[in-house]
Amino acid sequence: MSLSDEARQKIQEIAARYPRRISATIPALYVAQAEYGGWLPKEAMVEVAEELDVPPSHVFGVATFYTLFYKEPVGKHVVQLCTNLACMLCGAETLQQHLERKFNIKINGSIRDGTTADGTFTVLPVECLAACGGAPCMIVDTEYYENLTIEKVDKILTQIATQPTVFFKP
Amino acid sequence: MPTYEDFKSQRIVHKYIDVPGIDEIDVYMQHEGFEGFKKALTMKPEDIIAEVKASGLRGRGGAGFSTGMKWELMQKNVEPRYVVGNDDEGEPCTFKDRELSEKLPHQIVEGIMIASYALGAHKAFIYVRGEFVKGYNQIWKAIRQCYEKGLLGKNILGSGFDLDVVAHPGAGAYICGEETALLSSLEGGRGYPKMRPPFPGQVGGGLYRQPSVVQNVETLSNLPAILRYGAAWYARIGVPPANTGTRIYSVSGHVQKPGNYELPLSITLGELIEVAGGLRPGRKLKAVIPGGASMPWFTEQHLNVVMSFDDITKAGSLAGSGSVIVMDDTTCVVKAALRLVEFYKHESCGWCTPCREGLDWLVKILHRIEHGEGREGDLELLADMGDNISGQGTLVGTFGTHRTFCLLGPSGVSPMRSSMNLFREEYEYHIKHKKCMVNG
Ligand SMILES: Cc1cc2nc3c(=O)[nH]c(=O)nc-3n(C[C@H](O)[C@H](O)[C@H](O)COP(=O)(O)O)c2cc1C
Ligand code: SF4
Ligand code: FES
Repeated sequence: MSLSDEARQKIQEIAARYPRRISATIPALYVAQAEYGGWLPKEAMVEVAEELDVPPSHVFGVATFYTLFYKEPVGKHVVQLCTNLACMLCGAETLQQHLERKFNIKINGSIRDGTTADGTFTVLPVECLAACGGAPCMIVDTEYYENLTIEKVDKILTQIATQPTVFFKP
Repeated sequence: MPTYEDFKSQRIVHKYIDVPGIDEIDVYMQHEGFEGFKKALTMKPEDIIAEVKASGLRGRGGAGFSTGMKWELMQKNVEPRYVVGNDDEGEPCTFKDRELSEKLPHQIVEGIMIASYALGAHKAFIYVRGEFVKGYNQIWKAIRQCYEKGLLGKNILGSGFDLDVVAHPGAGAYICGEETALLSSLEGGRGYPKMRPPFPGQVGGGLYRQPSVVQNVETLSNLPAILRYGAAWYARIGVPPANTGTRIYSVSGHVQKPGNYELPLSITLGELIEVAGGLRPGRKLKAVIPGGASMPWFTEQHLNVVMSFDDITKAGSLAGSGSVIVMDDTTCVVKAALRLVEFYKHESCGWCTPCREGLDWLVKILHRIEHGEGREGDLELLADMGDNISGQGTLVGTFGTHRTFCLLGPSGVSPMRSSMNLFREEYEYHIKHKKCMVNG
């Protein structure tokens, strides 16, 4: 697989926004991640480097610094479950335990441990999502869901399971 | 008992937040939108800087530095120069900037337009946290609509002033909220903080080593009203002369109506908790973190503290990002502190040893105390290690005492040190009885 012409064009368009093209590294990685089904294999990073005319090592360095770039395959939908203080005070642990049991996964930050057997979801514990007014909360793909309860989470995930993935496209 | 209704008429940044469609430029313009910027275009840049300084506006991102003074200090006569909006909101339990991005994106853009005109910048960036997909799209929508109306681009409204604004996504790294790490990230690299001096406003310290000003997006959102109504009007609100205006307090945790409340800086902690619905029935207040997770904790003794920058400092904490985390008597403080220190450990950029290794050790020890495996001497060990990260007994934010490259490391010590100072007996109980004093 390789980046589509459309994705390459998008990267060029983004790069032109900046005084220096290297500044487009993060947005370009998002474009590539969406093309590659939600994660960044090495060849995707090499292609980004080519498009931006920067060393591949620079792109690897950036991709490995930021948590929203996934370096191994993820499930169809990534669930980011907030476990920071406000959500913890409002019951995030109960949700975490519920999802671990329901899907027979471990929500410990490892993509492999957090991915359901059928590959529909990867659930990751994340730090404060800036939605603490609606704690506990989560992001599925790119959408926020707040004031969660076990029932609400079950309903949301059942609905989303059959829907196509929504990727962030800068 | 005060309610939010009593204060709503005093809102500045959230004045029009409830207006349907306010995130569209036409509606925004029907509600004083871009009047502040248009006023700015009739003024000399140095007069705008003087006006902003006279308003008393201080940064809403964390440090509370005078915005006008920061603008005065920016190195002059060097081109190009940049203004950067900080919308990376990652301080645990702070959630005001996400709401501003989603609901009032034009106001952020208008703020950065005013700042850019005053500072002579022709290119500005808004660094939006990667998770804020909706906020990012809303800010881009606002930017595009401004171009369509001739409010951005070349020769804006015939004034001869040119400006381009670009929204830039982050990708999940708390450290990128720190202004120099943010600049590293915007330059396309890993989010490592930069050495100071030179400061961002000086040659060598800013974006692409050019003079730059980084401003929190709530700070920027105050500028349109300051320009519209003048510094004297703004400077009467809050606790003049040094703590003026309103701020958006993000209240979370054990209150009945958590949320964002824009209130004058003269509000007390007790009133703020009431405005947020008060505690749940039958519960007692245990602890409050008044300025984001990095700040020293308060207890019910502090309910009369005025939530201004200087009053919070006087009472022994810091106003930080304006978030207020409320914990009632069902909370295990060891667990709460552990969760926060884990956060800082996770977000350490790894650049310097005391932070990268020290926070990891704090977590290990706190973890064993929390899980009934604490040892005698652990509390002394924690205190000693804390001193080796943040300097002996100092508050976060006291530049010059900490032993790390930036303030993330010391921020990670604060929850442990502060909770241990206030609730030492709970830590001791955990170690002695191998269980929690609150939850068994
Ligand atoms: C570890 C760390 C994280 C920070 N995170 C943020 C942030 O998410 N948003 C923000 O506006 N400021 C943050 N700051 C403060 C910025 O460094 C900077 O002071 C601020 O953006 C300046 O804008 P202001 O004067 O308008 O507040 C952080 C500081 C530190 C040390
Ligand atoms: S204190 Fe921590 S976050 Fe800051 S530079 Fe050092 S390692 Fe990085
Ligand atoms: S603690 Fe969960 S969104 Fe802030």
